[in-house]
Amino acid sequence: MTTATHDHDHAHHGPAKGITRWLYTTNHKDIGTMYLWFSFAMFLLGGTFAMVIRAELFQPGLQLVQPEFFNQMTTMHGLIMVFGAVMPAFVGLANWMIPMMIGAPDMALPRMNNLSFWILPFAFAMLASTLFMEGGAPNFGWTFYAPLSTTYAPPSVTFFIFAVHIMGASSIMGAINIVATILNMRAPGMTLMRMPLFVWTWLITAYLLIAVMPVLAGVVTMMLMDIHFGTAFFNAAGGGSPVLFQHVFWFFGHPEVYIMILPAFGIVSAIIPAFARKQLFGYSSMVYATASIAFLSFIVWAHHMFTVGIPFLGEAFFMWATMLIAVPTGVKVFNWVTTMFRGSMTFETPMLFAVCFVVLFTIGGFSGLMLAVAPADFQYHDTYFVVAHFHYVLVPGAVFSIMAAVYYWLPKWSGKMYNETLGKVHFWLSFVGVNVLFFPQHFLGLAGMPRRIPDYALQFADFNMISSIGGFLFGASQLLFLYIVVHTIVAGKPAKAKPWDGAEGLEWSVPSPAPYHTFETPPDIDKAPQLDRKEP
Amino acid sequence: MQTRLLRGLFALMAMLLGSWAQADWTLNMPKGVTDISQEVYGLHMLTFWVCVIIGIIVFGVMFYAMFKHRKSKGAVSANFHESTKVELAWTLIPAVVIFAIGVKATYTLADMYNTDDSELTVEITGYQWKWRYRYLNDDPNAEVSFFSNLATSRDEINNRLDKNENYLLEVDEPLVLPVDQKVRFVLTAADVIHSWWVPQLGVKKDAIPGIANEAWTIINETGTYRGQCTELCGKDHGFMPVVVEAVPQEEFDTWLAGKQEEARKLAELTEKDWTMDELMERGRQAYQTTCAACHGQNGEGAGFPALAGSAIATGPVEDHIDIVVNGVNGTAMQAFGAQLSEVDIAAIITYERNAWGNNVGDMVTPVDILNYNAGQ
Repeated sequence: MTTATHDHDHAHHGPAKGITRWLYTTNHKDIGTMYLWFSFAMFLLGGTFAMVIRAELFQPGLQLVQPEFFNQMTTMHGLIMVFGAVMPAFVGLANWMIPMMIGAPDMALPRMNNLSFWILPFAFAMLASTLFMEGGAPNFGWTFYAPLSTTYAPPSVTFFIFAVHIMGASSIMGAINIVATILNMRAPGMTLMRMPLFVWTWLITAYLLIAVMPVLAGVVTMMLMDIHFGTAFFNAAGGGSPVLFQHVFWFFGHPEVYIMILPAFGIVSAIIPAFARKQLFGYSSMVYATASIAFLSFIVWAHHMFTVGIPFLGEAFFMWATMLIAVPTGVKVFNWVTTMFRGSMTFETPMLFAVCFVVLFTIGGFSGLMLAVAPADFQYHDTYFVVAHFHYVLVPGAVFSIMAAVYYWLPKWSGKMYNETLGKVHFWLSFVGVNVLFFPQHFLGLAGMPRRIPDYALQFADFNMISSIGGFLFGASQLLFLYIVVHTIVAGKPAKAKPWDGAEGLEWSVPSPAPYHTFETPPDIDKAPQLDRKEP
Repeated sequence: MQTRLLRGLFALMAMLLGSWAQADWTLNMPKGVTDISQEVYGLHMLTFWVCVIIGIIVFGVMFYAMFKHRKSKGAVSANFHESTKVELAWTLIPAVVIFAIGVKATYTLADMYNTDDSELTVEITGYQWKWRYRYLNDDPNAEVSFFSNLATSRDEINNRLDKNENYLLEVDEPLVLPVDQKVRFVLTAADVIHSWWVPQLGVKKDAIPGIANEAWTIINETGTYRGQCTELCGKDHGFMPVVVEAVPQEEFDTWLAGKQEEARKLAELTEKDWTMDELMERGRQAYQTTCAACHGQNGEGAGFPALAGSAIATGPVEDHIDIVVNGVNGTAMQAFGAQLSEVDIAAIITYERNAWGNNVGDMVTPVDILNYNAGQ
């Protein structure tokens, strides 16, 4: 039995025609595609909100929007980018790639897969509709601290709460599905320690999701009770505490940060060896580092709350635990660099994005180490230094890894090659844009500019203008990305089954585009030419 | 022709360079004027340089590889893919570096938490969107308390006037503190969470409703130090600055005595016989400071209820007093009884009932408010 399965007579199992193909599909590739397009749509919507923010901050004074609306923009930008753009993109990649990487015919729970995607558009339609409601959209920041988000919230907060519930349900179902698939559906011979790192990082991410999404659901439910049913979880006047909110929120929120970066580690660990034509350095240490980071992510949450007034010992504990994360994260970066060392490198678009990821994510990691130092955090906390930090890890970090993944696997998905020149132009525009956008924000924060303000003192004017210019450049460049992807699908040149000569993994053993059904009979891992990795 | 073009180009360049040189390109954190802020600056720079060194090594190796180990330069990939020794080294060495930073940081942290032996305590309360400062004193009659509001005019914010040097960082009444004295802050909030920050002092602490937080400072140099609220607290979060005026001890004592005198005078003012014109004038000013942010400069109410022609402002006077003194639960309308003097409440109500064509004609005196409060 060969690994390819396209020559079966499976016409009756092909995709249905018309809209029902997408509505009723249980096919992991269709669902992956829908996740990816949905996430791109949300990326553009959240990006539009970011453009409003940067346009208002172009100059001091209020020009375009009023403070109420500005706060709605920062809130919606954060919520949509985190829950609508980054997370669904990774789930989309997981859907497409995990079954093909482990030699499984589909996800373990295909009908639940359909459900977990199709509730998402409803969640985000509900969230976006709050913009048109009386009192406006949520305006309390994506971290929605009580009591600003309870007693003082606009009426639309209830819609926000239900939208979060639906997103959470979707994520939990997606995560259960991924765990079930990885643990039960690996082809014979695909032992855990032979799995590609993308599968490993997603397995760990899925456990994080299952652990913390219910906590998020809990915290918004407590808000709902406070707002509508007279409880006082977060209301000091009724015996509750606004600080409780922050503890519960960040117990979700910090692992959430790693939910948005661990799959990115997996992607980069696939792409760098492929273009360095050299096996990934330190495979098993990568797995252990990922697991350590995931564990540590549960015991560092209060580093988001250094100025809240937690007792000295608590403060010191969270500082030490947070600084510890630098060790496994450093291991990963060293491994990637060593993989490149003495390789035989070429720099096609996926590699450019991946290398850029390593450099800029590391810069975000450096500012993360600085933020971990609690006494210094008293100066950084809630300034643009923090904004610069998390945008460095999320935009040239998570988002660039997603773009790298799209360029890397698009030939497999669509059967067509993208235009390499345009891909490189997109990379360089994004690279310049993202740095002009976010690097000056470090200076703004250190000089004293708080985050989430619609207007600022005059000494912040110059760097804000530069940052906005970078923002517009970065925003416009993503339209080019859309064009490149559409152009590839419509008019790209046919791609080979394995367009990257150094690529490893079962996904390259099936034709391009990948047939509607793959690996209905499990592949023989030991005979697959691409998998010459020895058992560690 | 060519020389003219050149001259024009030079003029343009000079102009650009000129504005470039004038511009503010602050890159780093201020060292500040307290021992703590300087220690924090030291920690910040230490961590920064550690990161720079690690960065140079890691990116150095990486860029070397990117230029040397290219396929186009004939590089052939090597075969190694693990090394216990190397992996152990790059786990342990960073751990040691981090340990060193952590020890130094823990000492500073312990210092920051030590609020013992303070000579003066100031209570800081965050309100949407202003600060209240209360100088605690064993004698309640000698307690000084006042609000500190943004002093920048709406015209500057809305680009109808040129912005002044301290745009958005100026208040009507700063927090006055003595230098070389340990001042303890007790922070809380009346509505949502705020955060009190003065970068030059190295003090930032959240002001949370229902919780009393502590912080402290000893300011080494006289001067004016500016900061802002750093926790999103609603619409005007960007418009509630902090200004600290650090003065020598004697000057501080004189100032405090003057404020105590003022408090006594205000009590007398409450008893005084007010005329309609006096109340309207005082009301107009107090309205602009306290009410205009939500209800509009002319009672038009941008996003919040309008007052011009409203049922409350033209209805029974008791309802009007009630809403101003007690606020409306669960809305941005606060209970101003706790925030404003009887004089200002009376003046604002009188003003609201008679300005912008409301013309109800009645007048509320400070004594009316005193009686209302006594009857509650």
